[in-house]
Amino acid sequence: MTNIINASLAQLGQMLAEKQVSSVELTQTYLNRIDALNPEINAYIALDKEKTLAQAKAADALIAAGNAQPLTGIPIAQKDIFCAKGWNTTCGSKMLANFVAPYDAHVITQFDAAGAVNLGKTNMDEFAMGSSNETSYFGGVKNPWDFARVPGGSSGGSAAAVAARLCAAATGTDTGGSIRQPASLCGFTGLKPTYGVVSRYGMIAFASSLDQAGPMAKSAEDCALMMNVMAGFDERDSTSLNREKEDYTRDLNKPLRGLKIGLPKEFFAEGLDANVAKVIETAIAEYKKLGAEIVDISLPNTGLSIPVYYVLAPAEASSNLSRYDGVRYGHRTAEYSDLMEMYCKSRAEGFGAEVKRRILIGTYVLSAGYYDAYYLKAQQIRRLIAQDFVEAFKQCDVIMGPAAPSTAFKAGEKVDDPVAMYLQDIYTISTNLAGLPGMSVPAGFSTGADGKALPVGLQIIGNYFDEARMLNVAHQYQQVTDWHTAMPEGLGS
Amino acid sequence: MALSTEDIKKIAHLARIEVNDHDAAATLTKLTGILGLIEQMQAVDTTGIVPMSHSQDVVQRLRDDVVTKTNQREEFQKVAPVIGNGSAELAVDHGLYLVPKVIE
Repeated sequence: MTNIINASLAQLGQMLAEKQVSSVELTQTYLNRIDALNPEINAYIALDKEKTLAQAKAADALIAAGNAQPLTGIPIAQKDIFCAKGWNTTCGSKMLANFVAPYDAHVITQFDAAGAVNLGKTNMDEFAMGSSNETSYFGGVKNPWDFARVPGGSSGGSAAAVAARLCAAATGTDTGGSIRQPASLCGFTGLKPTYGVVSRYGMIAFASSLDQAGPMAKSAEDCALMMNVMAGFDERDSTSLNREKEDYTRDLNKPLRGLKIGLPKEFFAEGLDANVAKVIETAIAEYKKLGAEIVDISLPNTGLSIPVYYVLAPAEASSNLSRYDGVRYGHRTAEYSDLMEMYCKSRAEGFGAEVKRRILIGTYVLSAGYYDAYYLKAQQIRRLIAQDFVEAFKQCDVIMGPAAPSTAFKAGEKVDDPVAMYLQDIYTISTNLAGLPGMSVPAGFSTGADGKALPVGLQIIGNYFDEARMLNVAHQYQQVTDWHTAMPEGLGS
Repeated sequence: MALSTEDIKKIAHLARIEVNDHDAAATLTKLTGILGLIEQMQAVDTTGIVPMSHSQDVVQRLRDDVVTKTNQREEFQKVAPVIGNGSAELAVDHGLYLVPKVIE
């Protein structure tokens, strides 16, 4: 029997179908691991064992009746950005510390309909604003590869949960790299789909024109199965795209001979850690062995993606987060004499420092007289960045490079320097701005001065709606390498 | 352009976030760094470039003019904040949200 916590989703599905294990047993295995490891790692911020086990029991009934779908009975961790009815849903903020969602996000509805089990809600940077999970009101998350280091962010809890095998797979969201950067820092496979493929309904909004949910899992094959559940049209999200339903596993086994891989020179320039560069080069060499051709390309406006993002994302955030006023839900200050004081104190107390900074930047760039110089200018450069990719995809099928400029950094190292933290997303932000799909795939390890081996992620960027091909490209690599099967030591079996 | 702590207080007021003098000074340092990063945009000539608000050029969908949502007022008001000012009661009364008086 395959070691259950390292089993793929397909293997788990088979074990459940063959009654080698029940969903209740599988779920209990994970709950036991969470009991043992979560007090240290802090990946989960809400658990409800009664609800979770009731879902597992219902899944076992579906399996017994022969009504199982591929993910029926499989325990999934949900990022705490998704509203789940009856579950505490906080988005990592004091503002929503007592918020019990009165309805389900589309993503949650989809997993429920698939018979999957909601294992719990995972920790995250407050309102998804951060690259280290350190802005969470509920405390940082430890990187399972080295507890002194951060897991990345903003989907840091889901990342640590996948890496430490505290779930079979997890969901995340990615506004500027929040799935791919933690996937790189924690050594697993994460996919941010094309903007509009997964519904944002019930997903707490940060920057609406960039936010996109996606899977975080142990392999490309697992991500494909998760995508089959998550993707699809939803009329409740005005930006959801009405497209034919796809089977994201359909191309997994296609050979890669003749695949054209574009390497943007800007992704290998100054700022990239030399050891990370070496790992990425080795991965590219592996692709050559699989028959891929390498094409040198250029994405000349890459460097502008961070300035553009830090206008657009805070502007949209300042508007989205204006709803937290202490009137209908969320934190309300204890003492106030008038409405203005109630608003200002509730928001000052309910939001953390990074969220406030971004609201202030957003308010500033949208204020009278500055709109053209900031917001409009950023939207114009956004088009230049998107056009870079259009040109690049005339020469290649996929683009590859690092997902993050370094391996996981130490907790506390960048908390006082927002600009240094923002540079973590230098290779991921441009795909959000362009609306393209991107993923991070484990490609090896880099050993630092302290002798700790830390994971490195290879980023694969595809053209619009090319997720099935990207998953194929990642899956074929995972057939000839075993980086994705590595698990941190000392976390049980 | 250089911001002052007075600017920070003005922006914070627009954003309805209370700041004291100490916070304003600390925020000024951080915001100045971030705006310095953003300033790189000004070197780019964007004459004639159409702004991009969305990655997909889609038009707003229309739906039939029919009621699709049911009344869930009680459900939604269960998560109302507490009144504060010494009371632990939810800030709702007869289906309405309670806020400080704004009209004399």
